Amino acid sequence: MAFLSYLINGLGLGSVYAIIALGYTMVYGIAKMLNFAHGDVIMVGAYVTYFALSLMKLPVLVSVLLAVVVSTLLGVTIERLAYKPLRQATSLSVLITAIGVSYFLQNGAQLLWGTSTKVFPSVISNGALALGGISISYLTLITVFVCLAVMGCLTLFINKTKTGKAMRACSEDKGAAALMGINVNQIISITFAIGSGLAAIAAFLLCATYPSVYPTLGSMPGIKAFTAAVFGGIGSIPGAFLGGLMLGIIEILAKAYISTQLSDAIVFAVLIIVLLIKPTGLLGRKLSEKV
Amino acid sequence: MMKNFFSKLFDQKLRSRTISYLLVIIAFIILQLMSSTGSLSSLLKSLLVPVCCYTVAAIGLNLNVGFSGELNLGQAGFMSVGAFTGICVSGMLASMITNPVLRLIIAIIAGALIAALMGYIIGIPVLKLQGDYLAIVTLAFGQIIKSIITNMYLGFDENGLHVSFVENKVTLASGGKMLLQGPMGATGTQRIASFAIGIILILCALTIVYNLIYSKSGRAIMGCRDNRIAAESIGINVANTKMLAFIISASLAGAAGALYGLNYSTLVPNKFDFNTSILILVFVVLGGLGNMTGTIISTTVLMLLPELLRSLQDYRMLIYAIVLIVIMLVTNNAFLQAKAAKLRESLIKGKKGAKLS
Repeated sequence: MAFLSYLINGLGLGSVYAIIALGYTMVYGIAKMLNFAHGDVIMVGAYVTYFALSLMKLPVLVSVLLAVVVSTLLGVTIERLAYKPLRQATSLSVLITAIGVSYFLQNGAQLLWGTSTKVFPSVISNGALALGGISISYLTLITVFVCLAVMGCLTLFINKTKTGKAMRACSEDKGAAALMGINVNQIISITFAIGSGLAAIAAFLLCATYPSVYPTLGSMPGIKAFTAAVFGGIGSIPGAFLGGLMLGIIEILAKAYISTQLSDAIVFAVLIIVLLIKPTGLLGRKLSEKV
Repeated sequence: MMKNFFSKLFDQKLRSRTISYLLVIIAFIILQLMSSTGSLSSLLKSLLVPVCCYTVAAIGLNLNVGFSGELNLGQAGFMSVGAFTGICVSGMLASMITNPVLRLIIAIIAGALIAALMGYIIGIPVLKLQGDYLAIVTLAFGQIIKSIITNMYLGFDENGLHVSFVENKVTLASGGKMLLQGPMGATGTQRIASFAIGIILILCALTIVYNLIYSKSGRAIMGCRDNRIAAESIGINVANTKMLAFIISASLAGAAGALYGLNYSTLVPNKFDFNTSILILVFVVLGGLGNMTGTIISTTVLMLLPELLRSLQDYRMLIYAIVLIVIMLVTNNAFLQAKAAKLRESLIKGKKGAKLS
């Protein structure tokens, strides 16, 4: 029974990772860049939600929506100002720029909102659903539900809409997509917008679970979600979903059965083992060698 | 014609080498003069050894990223291994070897060796992967190393070393000493690092890297980077070649870490986290991939920049971030690149013209 409840907790945490990882993987799939500033967009989303909830006393849904709008705008702005001029540059230059953006957001947040930790108001009731001996907290239920909804909408969007089709085309071959009349720059902007919007949703779920808001809030979940995206095969949307869930479950189980302090080490060790067996992640495409 | 070509190539190699050595030596002389006349602020003085350490680690990483073409996001992990090895070795030898310089050198060598060993162990799985997957595994190893050292308790007494993990179960005989205390790291370390040794370490690192890249193995390393399959087809063992670069890079980081660890009386394992790895990578990329002189300059400037901006107080890290982004945008600007290429062309033409006349 204890195992089942750990599993469910892991699923809850994993859902948050999965939502963040979706943002990473989409940006990677289309812009072919590791967006290290993604974690800091989460942080901004968390601050906006916090201010909306505790200062402006807005309802929960409105607050989250506001955070999504702000994060989306932020993501698109970052892409326009910092990444767009570097389309032709080497991937390392883009990586360093992303790190610069990450520093900028962290220090900007520190200047604007101070270094002190702010306590996120508890908005989801602490109650739990009793189901045959195990109890599932409402928070976990909501988190898993939101994650499934996000994943469902995203899959529909990518597979059924025209924009989604264009996105898939861009991730296959940008040059060919441009020749078919797809506005590649616009598609990249849309990708950043979706990824950043998802980051804000993840920020809310993350802060509802761990109720503290501070300027470096996003870095650790960012690294974990990035790991999750690679775990599942970076660039693959179902892969990010699966990777996120598995990472969360492994982390909670490692904490419960092995050691709390060493849980991070165990998570990363599992990642290494998986990559050794499947070098392109669980659902990643095989890299073909061209001679 | 052929001879001329080779002598030119040799000149170019020699030139880049001489420039980096001279740069380091001149910087050392100037700084020594400044510090003896007392015109160096205590803040800058305290930065001398760390700048040396990060320079050595960055030179190592440049070998890895610039010449071997592998994105390594775990360089701080190797620094951490070197730092805590160095601290432990120095702590154990404190009563035996009283000469601090000798002890420092032994500690640095020990740090480099253990880091090289870690590099070998980590390199086996890491170098099987490619591209971003390789990067994430080095990141993962960096995190694992940090996690392990954060949970390691190491004590030393007359019966030898005592180790325990997660909880402090080390009991020591009287006269024993705790070397590592989990998340608190190492405390009460004798500060035996010196700027002169730091400079010597940089010169050693440069010698090692330059000798490597201008040797047969060095050309093999670059061959593997440029075209793995072509390199394989002419009989280069890609795995071994990449491993060589990886191990040397790790051992340089280890040596740098040992010097760094012995420069502070307390050092926490959290110092060497992901951000530190990224910091070193930033030094390397801004200095120019494969350019050692550039690495030295960028490390020095970027380490000093936050201190020079101290008058701006809270805004300094924000400005640091903006500088980073702007440098990347400017150096990758197609218009400016074209201008720079034109300028270079006209300079070369000008030189040739002068020779002819």
